[in-house]
Amino acid sequence: MKFDNVMATGGEWLRGEGPHHQIVISSRVRLARNLKQRAFPGWAKKAERTAILELIKPRVEELPEMQDSFSELLQDLSALEKQVLVERHLISREHAAKSVGSAVIMNRRQTLSIMVNEEDHLRMQSIRSGLQLKSAFKLVDKVDSTLEAKLDFAYDSRLGYLTACPTNVGTGMRASAMLHLPGLVLSEMINQVIQAVNKIGLAVRGLYGEGTEAMGNLFQISNQTTLGEKEEEIVVRLSKVIETIIEKEHDARQMLIQKKSNTLWDQIGRAYGVLTFAHAMTSKEALNLLSIIKLGVDLGAFPEDRRLPIDELFIDTQPAHLQKSSQQKLNAEERDHLRAQIIRERLRVFPKPDITKVAKESENGSSPEPQTNE
Amino acid sequence: MLCDVCKCNDATVFLTQILEGKMQKVNLCDACSKEKGVQDPTGFALADLLLGIGAAEEIEKGAPSQKCPVCGFTQADFKKTGRLGCSVCYVTFSEGLGSLLKAMHKGTEHVGKLPQRAHREIELGDRMKALTSDLEKAVKEENYETAASLRDQIKRLEHEKAI
Repeated sequence: MKFDNVMATGGEWLRGEGPHHQIVISSRVRLARNLKQRAFPGWAKKAERTAILELIKPRVEELPEMQDSFSELLQDLSALEKQVLVERHLISREHAAKSVGSAVIMNRRQTLSIMVNEEDHLRMQSIRSGLQLKSAFKLVDKVDSTLEAKLDFAYDSRLGYLTACPTNVGTGMRASAMLHLPGLVLSEMINQVIQAVNKIGLAVRGLYGEGTEAMGNLFQISNQTTLGEKEEEIVVRLSKVIETIIEKEHDARQMLIQKKSNTLWDQIGRAYGVLTFAHAMTSKEALNLLSIIKLGVDLGAFPEDRRLPIDELFIDTQPAHLQKSSQQKLNAEERDHLRAQIIRERLRVFPKPDITKVAKESENGSSPEPQTNE
Repeated sequence: MLCDVCKCNDATVFLTQILEGKMQKVNLCDACSKEKGVQDPTGFALADLLLGIGAAEEIEKGAPSQKCPVCGFTQADFKKTGRLGCSVCYVTFSEGLGSLLKAMHKGTEHVGKLPQRAHREIELGDRMKALTSDLEKAVKEENYETAASLRDQIKRLEHEKAI
């Protein structure tokens, strides 16, 4: 499979299906594995890294899950192509910085992606749409079981799977979900939620993982520890916490409709206005405004069939996707113009926000008080 | 006093945490404390922070001037990168790593997935133990016929283990 096919097919998880897909964008589970007695990628010399790569890559490519896969050495990918893969969460930012001695192999549906010689010899990741941590774990666990029959993984009976960073030792597993939480942000309850989640040993991060800013009201929640707890237990615990956060997000949205409806409609109206008429827009501004429109779709202010075009814009307006689709390298100013242009074109057929639909829904719904807005 | 992380700005944030009766102190400048999320006291992970600063000292305590026999990795390298050199480093630096892992994780022992290979090794080990004790018993009881058959079984098992 060629890179252009990867670009054209747009991974399964981007389609916005799966349980709780309005709030949970995606679920990911990754396992870290290393070969016994071989230097970890960060410490290995180029020759050893290449030798390890040559040992692992064919074993990964012959997996039944990797039929018709996209398999590429990192040095053969352009900076832009690497960035596209980062924007789709198929490789990490760390991996994008790698060159000789590293590779990425992913399946056609883009639900399984395996990085060779990232921080560990193997980083296997399964990504699904909506809240599907269990099935994501199942897939990656199966792949791991197939590979361990052919590769000698570093494993210690007391410490479990041995990883380059001691924070991953044990299960080597990081399970995470990307949540869209505009209700909790607008109602200023998000910090409380983040603190509560941190207290129970889970991590909250921004859009692109460690050290990144929360943009577009998107948050990643994942397990912090990997030693002393079974994989299945971690997945169940995380899923339960996420279900609670989904409930809190729904509550926050109801509260906004009932008590702060003016602010809410103002936000949606402004987002619509700016996105429809702006001629220059940074990716951060675009994400933040698109997030509000997405909330508008969730609440019924826009018709349901407008959901997909908005979800697509979240990815298509990212810097690398923008440049890849326009077939040229653009500076920041040119990108901001092109981004605004694409958004304007897609929103041309978008109806104005209709808040009367929301009011009706909340009367029919669980809300005990009738809407008394204006 | 300089910041422990960037080592160039004056430290303005002083953190003290008691872990297993041992006091650990970390001094940070304003910028680094923000970056590490320290200013939101519940939001930052001490594990991440310790990894960068405290970890190397922990290891130094356990194994002074030690070098991994397989990959040649040293404490100084760990201090620089926060990563280990190879799987054997976990044995080489095990003393110092112990308390670090304890502070970082929920438990100190892996309870999750076992590779098939490990399953098989454990199984073979158990069978070997049983056969050896049976053999000792048979020899003691001067039951040489049984002993001979047990000895053959052990030989076969050893061969299997070597594969």
